[in-house]
Amino acid sequence: MSNLVLNIKSVNKTFGGLQALNDVNLEIEEGKVHAIIGPNGAGKSTLLNCCIGRLIPDTGTVTFDGENIIGKKAHEINQLGMVRVFQTPEIFPDLSLLENVMIPAFAKRDGAYSLNIFKAAADEREIINEAEKMLNELGIQGDHVHHHAGSMSRGDKRRLELVMCLIQHPRLLLLDEPTAGMARHDTNRTIELLKKIKERGMTKIIIEHDMHVVFSVADTISVLAQGAIIASGTPDEIRGNPIVQDAYLGGAHL
Amino acid sequence: MNFSETGNNLKLMLIFSAVILTMPLWLAPIGAGYPDLLQKFVIFGIFAIGYNILFGLTGYLSFGHAVFLGIGSYTAVWSFKLLTMNVLPAILLATIMAGVAAALIGYISLRRSGIYFSILTLAFAQMSYNLAYSVLTPITNGETGLQLSQQDPRIIDRAFSTAGEGLPSTELFGISMSGYSGFYFCAVVLIIAFFFSLKIFRSPFGMKLQAIKSNQTRMKYTGFNTRPYLMTAFIISGMYAGLAGALMAVTDPLAGAERMQWTASGEVVLMTILGGVGTLFGPLLGVGIIKYFENIFSAINEETLHHLFSFLPGFLESLMVTITAPFVGEGWHLTLGVLFMVIVIFLPGGIMEGMDRIKKRFRHQGDDNDPPGEGVDQ
Ligand SMILES: Nc1ncnc2c1ncn2[C@@H]1O[C@H](COP(=O)(O)OP(=O)(O)OP(=O)(O)O)[C@@H](O)[C@H]1O
Ligand SMILES: [Mg+2]
Repeated sequence: MSNLVLNIKSVNKTFGGLQALNDVNLEIEEGKVHAIIGPNGAGKSTLLNCCIGRLIPDTGTVTFDGENIIGKKAHEINQLGMVRVFQTPEIFPDLSLLENVMIPAFAKRDGAYSLNIFKAAADEREIINEAEKMLNELGIQGDHVHHHAGSMSRGDKRRLELVMCLIQHPRLLLLDEPTAGMARHDTNRTIELLKKIKERGMTKIIIEHDMHVVFSVADTISVLAQGAIIASGTPDEIRGNPIVQDAYLGGAHL
Repeated sequence: MNFSETGNNLKLMLIFSAVILTMPLWLAPIGAGYPDLLQKFVIFGIFAIGYNILFGLTGYLSFGHAVFLGIGSYTAVWSFKLLTMNVLPAILLATIMAGVAAALIGYISLRRSGIYFSILTLAFAQMSYNLAYSVLTPITNGETGLQLSQQDPRIIDRAFSTAGEGLPSTELFGISMSGYSGFYFCAVVLIIAFFFSLKIFRSPFGMKLQAIKSNQTRMKYTGFNTRPYLMTAFIISGMYAGLAGALMAVTDPLAGAERMQWTASGEVVLMTILGGVGTLFGPLLGVGIIKYFENIFSAINEETLHHLFSFLPGFLESLMVTITAPFVGEGWHLTLGVLFMVIVIFLPGGIMEGMDRIKKRFRHQGDDNDPPGEGVDQ
């Protein structure tokens, strides 16, 4: 059996009377792209929140690289190598594109805290070069890297956030609906980016509504409905699974 | 932002030093070239520069920074009383004491953000102010304020010479710190303080503080422990305030609790916003304007106004005087209030934003091409 990066065991989470997660078990293998699909309100984002320290599960365990991460702070989990792209883009709107990408690179290099005031940010050549290279992949070149991040389109913000996560070379990348609310051509640009990442063999969990995206990037798919995983398997198995068809794919554009 | 305005630190510092050190010359024509006011400009400049490191970079609005100003003053006066009239130990000890106080207050206040943080700092400031009047009287000398006296031990000075007649004055290795020499000493301290703030603004550390202001949630999920960053900024800005407080005592060796009052904390907020929050020079401009109004506008009376409008025919003259009189003299707060409102409404980025806009307009007139690259990281 190959290496387990993330192991979620019997995780439960309730909000008031609502059972958002119901005995969820999930194993993520190294190098795989694992998609989680399910209708709105199924608990997909809640599951990710339980992994990155935003929520603490009521019961159950989450181990990352063999280490229990329940109770750890958000920044500690990031420093361990689990990095997340949010459902609504979380970037630094007041900073430039370049600065947006440099910040996570600093986190990776200098850790959770460092008082580096003696070197100018403009002299951090290595980090600037790497950040510029990443932005070039998004088609952002030259002077455009100094534009304000806040003035970009929603699609560009999402891709920027993705690049911000990628520059940290995470061990596990969590993507929460990277193409939600995007027009077709915008979605295609993001899929291209995701495929490029896939070639690098990075382990990923991707939450997605768009079946086109899911079937073009995922190795394994789990279906979440009303807080419980009702099926797991390869894309072909999921496509052929009658329960899944009933619960979810029936109405969807397959 | 600051990243793209990266230029040559040395050139900037040379120009800055020249401007500060020649203040007595270029401020004389507008009636502000006398040592008392010059010292105020420079000392409040230090206070505002430091405050800007907290408020400007992290966005945390403290309403209690005058506490550190007060602590700086008290510490400096105690250093004059107990150790020596030399100003160096005084400003050093004051800066350290203010840093310690900032660590304590920051540790508690930074458990909250936004309005709750502001309220906590305000509560600390008012508490300290009241304590200085009551239980802390042995240290602060209560309402009278802390002053020098003939009986002070001044152990270091006594080791070298016997006490002279009358009250000694503050000095730096024999140079008296009153009048212009006091101003130049404070000016040099300001230049050093500005250089340090420049380093912070342009460092990765400063960039991270701005990122915290922009989106603290993202910072946390990007792997940063934001609390120690905020603590560092809070302590540094507290130390700047302590330094400024010490210099107040250097130029006039007494310390009173009113220095810690919330109005003093509010003043530095106004200065920073007026000039331009988060910009390098904005706070200094804000200080200049507010202190100028406070000292020059408040000194204008009806007689000066009559003199000013004397070229107008009689009834127009008295009309103009009647209209303008409420804005000068005692009414200088009114002028300042109007100015502040106009700036906040039309230029939320302060005077620096106004200057930026003018600069851009000029550039666009100069050539119709795209504006040239901002000279970034060659
Ligand atoms: N912090 C919270 N407090 C209370 N209820 C919550 C909270 N977070 C999520 N929920 C509820 O839990 C359920 C699952 O929400 P979740 O956001 O995980 O769904 P999702 O699968 O990500 O849906 P979507 O596809 O719309 O993003 C929803 O009913 C939601 O209202
Ligand atoms: Mg969701």
